[in-house]
Amino acid sequence: MEIFDNLALGFSVAVTFQNIFYCFIGVLLGTLIGVLPGLGPVPTIAMLLPITFGLPPVSALIMLSGIYYGAQYGGSTTAILINLPGESSSVVTAIDGYQMARQGRAGAALATAAIGSFFAGSVATFLLAVFAPPLADLALKFGPPEYFALMVLGLVASVALASGSVVKALAMVVLGILLGLSGQDVYTGTPRFTFDMLELADGIEFVALAMGVFGIGEIVRNLEDEHTRTVMVQKVKGLLLSRDDIKRIIGPILRGTFLGSFLGILPGGGAILSSFSAYSIEKKISRHPEQFGKGAIEGVAGPEAANNAGAQTSFIPMLTLGIPSNPVMALMIGALIIQGIVPGPNVVNEQPDLFWGIIASMWIGNFMLVVLNLPLIGIWVRLLTVPYHILFPLIVGFCCIGVYSVNNNAIDVFTMALFGVVGYVLVKLDCEPAPLLLGFIIGPMLEEYLRRAMLISRGDPTVFFTRPISATMLGLAILALVVVLLPSVRKKREEAFQE
Amino acid sequence: MTRFVKNPKEVASGLLIVFLAAFFAWQAMELPMGRAIRMGPGYFPMILAGLLGFLGIIVLLSGLTLRPVEAQDETQKIGFWHWPWVPLGLVTLAVVVFGLGIRPLGLGPSMGLAVFLSTMASRRFKLTTALLSSFIMVAFSWAVFIKGLGLPLPMLGPWLGGY
Repeated sequence: MEIFDNLALGFSVAVTFQNIFYCFIGVLLGTLIGVLPGLGPVPTIAMLLPITFGLPPVSALIMLSGIYYGAQYGGSTTAILINLPGESSSVVTAIDGYQMARQGRAGAALATAAIGSFFAGSVATFLLAVFAPPLADLALKFGPPEYFALMVLGLVASVALASGSVVKALAMVVLGILLGLSGQDVYTGTPRFTFDMLELADGIEFVALAMGVFGIGEIVRNLEDEHTRTVMVQKVKGLLLSRDDIKRIIGPILRGTFLGSFLGILPGGGAILSSFSAYSIEKKISRHPEQFGKGAIEGVAGPEAANNAGAQTSFIPMLTLGIPSNPVMALMIGALIIQGIVPGPNVVNEQPDLFWGIIASMWIGNFMLVVLNLPLIGIWVRLLTVPYHILFPLIVGFCCIGVYSVNNNAIDVFTMALFGVVGYVLVKLDCEPAPLLLGFIIGPMLEEYLRRAMLISRGDPTVFFTRPISATMLGLAILALVVVLLPSVRKKREEAFQE
Repeated sequence: MTRFVKNPKEVASGLLIVFLAAFFAWQAMELPMGRAIRMGPGYFPMILAGLLGFLGIIVLLSGLTLRPVEAQDETQKIGFWHWPWVPLGLVTLAVVVFGLGIRPLGLGPSMGLAVFLSTMASRRFKLTTALLSSFIMVAFSWAVFIKGLGLPLPMLGPWLGGY
């Protein structure tokens, strides 16, 4: 079996002292920062990106994945203990998890989240190992028009599946692409959107944009309603689950894993969609649906498993096609590019040690999450009580030095300041900044494939619709847009009619 | 005015998007366009700017016509005057000061200044905690970024007698 050979290769890469150490540090740091109030996985990863740049690519990616799992688990911890979900996908966990905590069952809720995440993560990692290589092989047969169509489909789908206004989200994608095109044009060397500044010749620094929008902008948003939040944290005890609890969580975890693995591959709100739908499924098939919202352990197990499975399988399009399905994956691609690796189907074949090493490390990372977090829960609880007014200046300082360290260039610091303001304004106007980041990452690739496709077709734009694969994908993209726009248009009309 | 602008947030977003589209189009105009078969550096940006402008106009129009805002519906108002201007300004200033100071002043003073300025953004500012935070962050960044990651950066810059 080829897959076992590949996994063996992966483990031989991941199970070195160095890489296990980086995985450990990643999970630890990710949890440490993710558990701090108001910091979800995206700002956590953005903040910690610079410290991975000095590492070799495999170690850097392993550490970043560890940070991601850690941050996500940290978000679940805050959701359960203080009803403050760090990101939208753990909103669902907060519903029943927090109720469990109030009933003194915080330990059971946290253990359920950890076990559910670990199981789902393991299964989804295996799926990733099985399905990624054939998908990459398929993608290798794609020509530039197919690639262009695939990217358009990915962007449209991520917009269509996310919440909020579709038109605004599309506008954010386009704006992101435009920003992503800044810097020297690859073909002619002409500087674009650089305002004659030599420092911008390489384009807008990705880390500066991500940290500005998701770090600095987020801080200002948190300072806006800086009310005296007294954090009451119950003592966490009883991490062991009773036999009855175990019986109750097996089903939800299995269903959540299945659902999450499938939905996670889809672009856009994979993790969010999967946790929400896992919750509603559990509630629907439960024999005592009245317990949901009042501390039902199934309401923690299902969504947490789905959430983590989705987080894992969202690596599939990122690693095989080079297409980010969510902001976290956009950050990962950014990290790959900075490491000098062009994400795409070639990674599997040309750098199997990198690819399989990452996959093996995912399993190790998930395992570490359980080993690390259950015993250390006391420390995390104490971190939860750190007041925000002490915390945020430290984050500002960390972002500053972090972004500066990328290129040793002050222009990146100023860029971050600018995008902090931009990020805040966009959020105030209900324009989600996440699609902007996706567009920013995909932008240069999109232009590249468009140019190549037009060169092949001798300037004939119908090439996208005469080649079957690209026509199908563009058709799907249009279909997705129409479907999403229709009901909302209708709803808006109805509301207008009511006046 | 309130009659004409049905949804201030949508209108403001639309105007902002249209403005950005115009800005990018203006910038792209200076670039060689090329033709479809061999696109110049200005080709794709111009298409995108056009698309952005189109989307902005849709947002703008929907804000002018659809979904009027109820008087009590606070979520659709921008609340421009209630924005946290002081924190926004101070945090941005802190970052800018760091960027300006990092070369001439060195890591120590610029980090200290940036953290101190940020602490002032909170309503619960206290001088002792602010100084303590600044000190901790200076020590931390020295340990991690200069000692740990070997960033070629002096603690004290040329203006303060460093190298």
